[in-house]
Amino acid sequence: MTGFLIRRILQALLILFLVTVFTLALVHLFPGGPIRSLLGPRATPEQVAYYNRLYGFDQPFYVQYLKWVGQLLHGNLGYSAKLNQTVTSLIAQDLPKTIVLVGLGLAVSLLFGIPLGLYQAVKRYTTGDYILTGISFLGYATPTFFVGLLLIEWFAIDIPLFPPFAPQGSTVAQILSDPRALVLPVAAYAFVLYALWSRYMRSSVMDNLVQDYVRTARAKGASERRVLWRHVFRNSLLSIITLLGLSLPTLVAGAIFVEVVFNYPGMGLAFYQAALNVDYQVLLGFTLLATLATILGNLLADVGYAVLDPRVRYT
Amino acid sequence: MAVIPPGADPGHMDTAVIPAETPEAIEAAIAASKPRGLLRRGWEVFAENKLALASLGMLVFILLFCFIGPLIYHTDQVHTNLSQSLCPPSAAHPLGCDNLGYDQLGRLMVGGQTSLEVGFAAAIVAVLIGTLYGAFSGFIGGPVDSFLMRIVDAGLSIPYLMVVIILSVVFHPDKLIMIFVIAVFYWLGVARLVRGETLSLRTREYVQAVRVMGGGRSRAVVRHIVPNAIGTIIVQTTFAIADSILILAGLGFLGLGVQAPATDWGDMLSGGLTFLQSGTNYWWLIYPAGLAIILTCIAFNFIGDALRDAFETRLQRR
Repeated sequence: MTGFLIRRILQALLILFLVTVFTLALVHLFPGGPIRSLLGPRATPEQVAYYNRLYGFDQPFYVQYLKWVGQLLHGNLGYSAKLNQTVTSLIAQDLPKTIVLVGLGLAVSLLFGIPLGLYQAVKRYTTGDYILTGISFLGYATPTFFVGLLLIEWFAIDIPLFPPFAPQGSTVAQILSDPRALVLPVAAYAFVLYALWSRYMRSSVMDNLVQDYVRTARAKGASERRVLWRHVFRNSLLSIITLLGLSLPTLVAGAIFVEVVFNYPGMGLAFYQAALNVDYQVLLGFTLLATLATILGNLLADVGYAVLDPRVRYT
Repeated sequence: MAVIPPGADPGHMDTAVIPAETPEAIEAAIAASKPRGLLRRGWEVFAENKLALASLGMLVFILLFCFIGPLIYHTDQVHTNLSQSLCPPSAAHPLGCDNLGYDQLGRLMVGGQTSLEVGFAAAIVAVLIGTLYGAFSGFIGGPVDSFLMRIVDAGLSIPYLMVVIILSVVFHPDKLIMIFVIAVFYWLGVARLVRGETLSLRTREYVQAVRVMGGGRSRAVVRHIVPNAIGTIIVQTTFAIADSILILAGLGFLGLGVQAPATDWGDMLSGGLTFLQSGTNYWWLIYPAGLAIILTCIAFNFIGDALRDAFETRLQRR
């Protein structure tokens, strides 16, 4: 187990190194270099050279890298000259709001996806299964932003039940104080995720239904209800939870479209505005944070799995 | 290492298949063993799937609509015509006009060309690179494989959507650059998949036989491993096309896709959002492009599913 842990952590460190090198290299990809993209095309070469020296971009790459990593270790993700704000403070301001959106969307999608996926697996190849499969396929093929557009068209304009905009405000409390405006963004996000969970749950339950332990449970005379809920359901849920843990950072990135469509003031919208303003410090800071979270999530999931399942440790 | 049973005569291997019996029996054996072509058997299974056939028909229709359509239905998709701005559907403009006065039906065709061309090309580039990388990595094995796969892990831990947005900001893409932007991170997933397949294929006897006969790595990978993983690769390509079209649409919607006056289906939708948020109902700005994306992606998903069935049952029936 110790050997596995050490190997796995070394792997994560190597990945971390590669990712950070790539991110810093990306800085230099911006049109005309980082400073030129910041100052704009009308800056004189002297100004660009001055700021290049100031920010250390005239130094060798490995020196830049070491300095930059040193900054990162102090929790400094960069400074947005466009917003006159550190990236860290921007994250501190927007991340909680994104977590509200992602959390609610996740909860709603799981609430529908898991029971319906289970239903589909039990009643597989019936009309009900086919209809639900059709809905999931629709969820797979429909871009998130189009779901958002349709919801606005139907429930904000044709039938004006909800406002077309998400609640505005700089704190979580302000967001939560307008629950009606939250309905459409959460629904749009949840629909796309629902497709994912219900498909996954369906195949997971179907895999589990043919396992030996199910036959054993039946042979022992357990009722079908007990087999389903006490044995199959629990084991299927375990794999969903793993998937959930692994895809959490991706889910945060996926909220970008919902936030743009509904003008929801979270990290996704900030990222999008940074993209429009070519604010590379924000773009790279956010991306790096999401990447670190992914690496950490993968590591924790693997270690957790190894703790639970001895077979993993030796492969 | 290659396992050759002691006493086996290597020179005998080619002819060992046909048992020395009467001429009629030999002929019958040849007739029976004559394989119906791989494509033909695959097609038979594929054709049983009505949904996949319908999807194929839908795809052919969409391709005709986008590429032949503009030859029949002429519209100006370069110059704006503000006098027609946002005109509702009429006989002259069956799907109305957008805010710059572009005819929406014609724009759907032109935008579809971008979406389909970029989708196909990006998917093929990504699958090609991913296949070769994954196959070589898995075939070489050892520390090299380990390192190559850490590069893949590193790339995959960066959220795809975010990095694609950054690349779009950096490169101001046209069609050609867009293919690169989409493919440059998409191949990683393919590489991981093909590597897994390679790990099981490299232990097969026929791959080991290549080594025994002195065939090089490249030959083993390109001539033996890749053709035997082709089922996985083709299925993956189908899904990759659908994904690429969705990504392109997403970037277009964010205004980071191909530059005007070029357009794609996602870019067409971003116009719709502006007017929806102002509370006006210009439905013709939303439904046509949105439905086009959904239909195309559903078609590719169904075809991919059917292809997977086709390749798997082909193996089972042997």
